Amino acid sequence: MSDTIETPSGAMPASRTRFGSNSGQPMTRRDGVLKVTGGATFAADNHPEGMLHAVYAAATISRGRVTSLNVDAARAHPGVVEVLTPANRPPLAIDPDTKPYPFAFRTEVLQDDTVRYAGQPIALVVAETLESATEAARLLSPTYDASPARIDFDTVEPFDPQAVGVGSPPTAEKGDVEAGLAQASHRVDARYETPGQYHNAMEPHAIVATWDGDRLTLDTPNQAIVMSTGSFGAWFGIPAENVTIRSPFLGGGFGSKAIIVGPQILTILAAKMLGRPVKLALRRDQMYGPVGHRGATRQEFRLGVDADGHLTALDHLTTAVTSTFEDFIEPASNASHDLYATPALSSRHKAVRLDIGTPGPMRAPGEASGSAALESAIDEAALVAGLDPLEFRLRNYAETDPASGKPFSAKALRECYAEGAERFGWSKRPLEPRQMRDEAGRLVGWGMGTALFPASMFQANATATLRADGTALVETAGADMGQGAWTALHQIAADGLGLDIGSVEFRSGHSGLPDGGIAGGSGHTATAGNALHAAGTDVIAKLADLATNDENSPLFGAGNVGVEARDGRLYRADDPDRSQSYGEILARAGLAEIEGAGQGGRDPASAEERAMFSHGAVFAEVTIDPDLGQIRVTRLVGAFAAGRIVNPRLATSQLYGGMIWGIGFALHEEAVHDKRSGRIMNANLAEYRVPVNADVPAMDVILVDEHDPHVNPLGIKGVGEIGITGTVGAIANAIWHATGVRFRRFPINIVDLLEGAAAR
Amino acid sequence: MNLFEYVRPASIAEAVAAAGEPGSAYLGAGTNLLDLMKGGVSRPSRLIDLTHLPDLGRIETSPDGSTRIGALVKNSALAHDPDFAKRFPAVAEALLSGASAQLRNAATVGGNLMQRTRCSYFADTASACNRREPGSGCDAIGGENRSHAVLGWSDHCIAVHPSDFCVPLAALGAIVEIEGADGRRKVPLTDFHRLPGDTPEKETVLEAGEMIVAVSLPAEAAAFAGHQRYLKVRERTSYAFALASAAAALRIENGTILEARIALGGVATKPWRSQAAEAVLTGAAPGREAFEKAAEAAFAEARPSGDNAYKIELGKRVVARVLAMAAAGTPERMPALPASPFASETGAKAHV
Ligand SMILES: Cc1cc2nc3c(=O)[nH]c(=O)nc-3n(C[C@H](O)[C@H](O)[C@H](O)COP(=O)(O)OP(=O)(O)OC[C@H]3O[C@@H](n4cnc5c(N)ncnc54)[C@H](O)[C@@H]3O)c2cc1C
Ligand code: SF4
Repeated sequence: MSDTIETPSGAMPASRTRFGSNSGQPMTRRDGVLKVTGGATFAADNHPEGMLHAVYAAATISRGRVTSLNVDAARAHPGVVEVLTPANRPPLAIDPDTKPYPFAFRTEVLQDDTVRYAGQPIALVVAETLESATEAARLLSPTYDASPARIDFDTVEPFDPQAVGVGSPPTAEKGDVEAGLAQASHRVDARYETPGQYHNAMEPHAIVATWDGDRLTLDTPNQAIVMSTGSFGAWFGIPAENVTIRSPFLGGGFGSKAIIVGPQILTILAAKMLGRPVKLALRRDQMYGPVGHRGATRQEFRLGVDADGHLTALDHLTTAVTSTFEDFIEPASNASHDLYATPALSSRHKAVRLDIGTPGPMRAPGEASGSAALESAIDEAALVAGLDPLEFRLRNYAETDPASGKPFSAKALRECYAEGAERFGWSKRPLEPRQMRDEAGRLVGWGMGTALFPASMFQANATATLRADGTALVETAGADMGQGAWTALHQIAADGLGLDIGSVEFRSGHSGLPDGGIAGGSGHTATAGNALHAAGTDVIAKLADLATNDENSPLFGAGNVGVEARDGRLYRADDPDRSQSYGEILARAGLAEIEGAGQGGRDPASAEERAMFSHGAVFAEVTIDPDLGQIRVTRLVGAFAAGRIVNPRLATSQLYGGMIWGIGFALHEEAVHDKRSGRIMNANLAEYRVPVNADVPAMDVILVDEHDPHVNPLGIKGVGEIGITGTVGAIANAIWHATGVRFRRFPINIVDLLEGAAAR
Repeated sequence: MNLFEYVRPASIAEAVAAAGEPGSAYLGAGTNLLDLMKGGVSRPSRLIDLTHLPDLGRIETSPDGSTRIGALVKNSALAHDPDFAKRFPAVAEALLSGASAQLRNAATVGGNLMQRTRCSYFADTASACNRREPGSGCDAIGGENRSHAVLGWSDHCIAVHPSDFCVPLAALGAIVEIEGADGRRKVPLTDFHRLPGDTPEKETVLEAGEMIVAVSLPAEAAAFAGHQRYLKVRERTSYAFALASAAAALRIENGTILEARIALGGVATKPWRSQAAEAVLTGAAPGREAFEKAAEAAFAEARPSGDNAYKIELGKRVVARVLAMAAAGTPERMPALPASPFASETGAKAHV
């Protein structure tokens, strides 16, 4: 299979179906046919000549030391080539307990015999077959010197972290919170809990490592392809340019494939040691430990509300879990910075160290957990203020960014509220809970939440080459995680060149291409898209120079009035009858091609002046069986304003995906640890539940028009993560409205409902 | 996964002979067994693949009027057989509430009866588990046991039998046909699975080498077709095991329940028929009061085995509800969400 498509170059064949041209059109995925026919090559589909299989043995204790491994038994198993343990592991160029490159996480690469969490790799077996390696890993039969696992918040003392998330300050203060609370007519003091959640991308992390002398080729899914060449290289003392990463398709990443993790390093090391390509693909259960997760939080709120329903103070304190050896503190309190107007705002974070794998960024890090709690707390505030939850949010609408005081680059949240409420029928909602039943007598409740996500950008480069035949090649090392980069970026690139998408070849997903930046923070389309567009306009500018300076061109002398590029021709801006094709211009200039380059990134001055966010409003209906406690989200409506929408079909899909994730957050997802061993007992997709189709009976997304002239030249914001925010709170609030009971621990499940009903 | 021998017998006799070898295991669709082998939970040295045996894939009516289902009939084929579904609607409903469409398309009748518990300590080879490793202990006791049993458990094992299919089978008096080296025998489904007692590793009455060849439903079971439902409470709308489930089948005439059949799932260590609850209903008028009484009777012996006391109250409510659903009458068509509390095709009738 790996031979049938040219993934190394990342070239995509032309799409078979489309609906119009380029940006703004709801084109279907250009890689769709490849994917549904199995033609798309994922990392684990690569089988280079002579390849070996690696499987690691995972610790079954959460804290302590490995005291023995039966290496002889493993080595004696037929097909086994090598067993790596701390005793024989070859040296690495960097210390895994340091952070030598951007976004480095301390990780486990058999540096010693300590165990820091259950699931940590403690040995790597390399064999001729996967089955052989798997069985030999089992034969290692480790013994341990174990200490009690610290898994619960309450087992350890919290500490004050230096930073939260990826380098954000842990606290923010504005105004006098205590004074604000003292003046308030109403107060909400509430604590919410969110559990550990795991990314569970459909494609488990996989890597195929091939060395050629001191050059390394990696087939591995990666969200930051070019940057990662340097990071991988650092482990082996080779420069970035010696490392090639091929990552044409990712089967989901959600943040977990932006970070380099121990199992990948061990695989590369084994390949080097053995002089043969080595492949490792994590098993599903191995995805619960070494590759990050959304850390559990406890979030305490103190809200003050005056007699008119205006916030007088908002205090959000998050206590988040991290591992014993690395900090990733879920920045949940930051979700309160930019949403509701308040004279006094305080956001703080504490952390506890547990015997768990290090958390990391997971789809809407900070924002998802923070929004779940904040939107619940705001609903509670609306209740004490005696106001409809939408009315309460409108009274506390922030005209400028509450934390920084800056104006918003664009904010169509009011329109989101209005359009979403209208579509949902919110105006018919009774204020009191437990007022609605369906035809079968089940409780029905309506809730809402505000969605918010920063419009982040990274740095990206792109090139464009216009060819003599009027077609073009555009290149950037983008990452398609399933979100549709192969399509959306291609659409933007074609627009930059004034060409139909069918005349433009797009290369991506390969580290040899210009740096496409990070597919993360919902900023990839904005960043790589602006770079590709700029590369195209650079080409067009050069082309226009040629034409307007060419005496024999119909565009001669049009330099002042300008030209427009469209459908492969340049037109005089003031006279559409005067035009010339790209091919003719090149031919007359005697050129085989014209190259251009472009960059994407945030204008620092603009970033300094304005707060930049996507916004949205989510409305949820839940139906609950009053006796049996089973819950179903029977309707979800989300209205989102996220700047310019490049492809409404894909954007809607992203928002659906986020909202469905919100259903999972609200009702399903939770890693369950055995408190004694610390092991996660539901590390599989049967028992770690995510929503299935039957959990999503009706879902509606509204793309609200928003023109944002400041966020970047193309006005693009992100839609990848915002769908989760707002949704979780909307569902929790709907459950309150259905039952009259407030549940403050996620996920909200049947046992909660039964106990909650009993406590009423 | 350990190295194992793969045998593909051509006849039942060959299969049974091959299974005489210690360490052998029968392979149905493998939806349960292969997962357990990959996790090192089951480590058979020989797999005897039954899926190529002739004649075990049929649903037929026997001369005595009973319906005989071959051990290799796929779960979905059985549920979608119109004639079968008409006569045993709760069985079809239970089947369709289990697993996912893909799994049901593969899973066999024999494999469904024989599926192992979903206790997460059973599946985790680093945990102590008497069922997996006799005498090693039971880490579910004192651990994460919210989904464990409140009926039929012992100090040696508290795990739930996970099958949905077996619940209406238990209610309707199904018979398991077994073939072994000594020939064929028949065992009522309610006697087929064993209580854990102090030998939880002995899950069924199958002796070494014996295989299931068929399951039959007696002719008289069809008399319940008009009032027969399965209800399953679970943590998501589909594709989840039961926290508590129940099958109910009633014969109602002139406003009186002549005969009732009730079995429970998700709450007991084996498919759990409750004759005590059935007795409460015999001769009673269908209605809330009788149903709640029956529910009490069904759980009279229940005790929490850990953090699962809620299952007793939940289980009672499931029984009362499924009885009300059965009394309201089997729906004309299979609900779009079989066995779900959200299934009500019958609208308001789903609530008493
Ligand atoms: C994700 C997931 C979700 C599921 N959800 C549900 C659910 O909600 N409800 C539910 O009821 N089930 C559920 N199941 C279980 C499913 O029903 C079983 O896996 C399936 O029925 C087993 O059938 P099989 O043919 O694949 O058996 P196999 O996996 O092949 O075998 C299972 C066992 O039966 C033995 N065996 C097979 N055939 C015979 C025979 N003829 N005689 C003697 N022994 C035999 C095997 O040796 C093995 O021990 C789920 C399974 C999965 C994987
Ligand atoms: S409950 Fe039974 S299956 Fe679960 S660990 Fe205990 S003995 Fe094993």
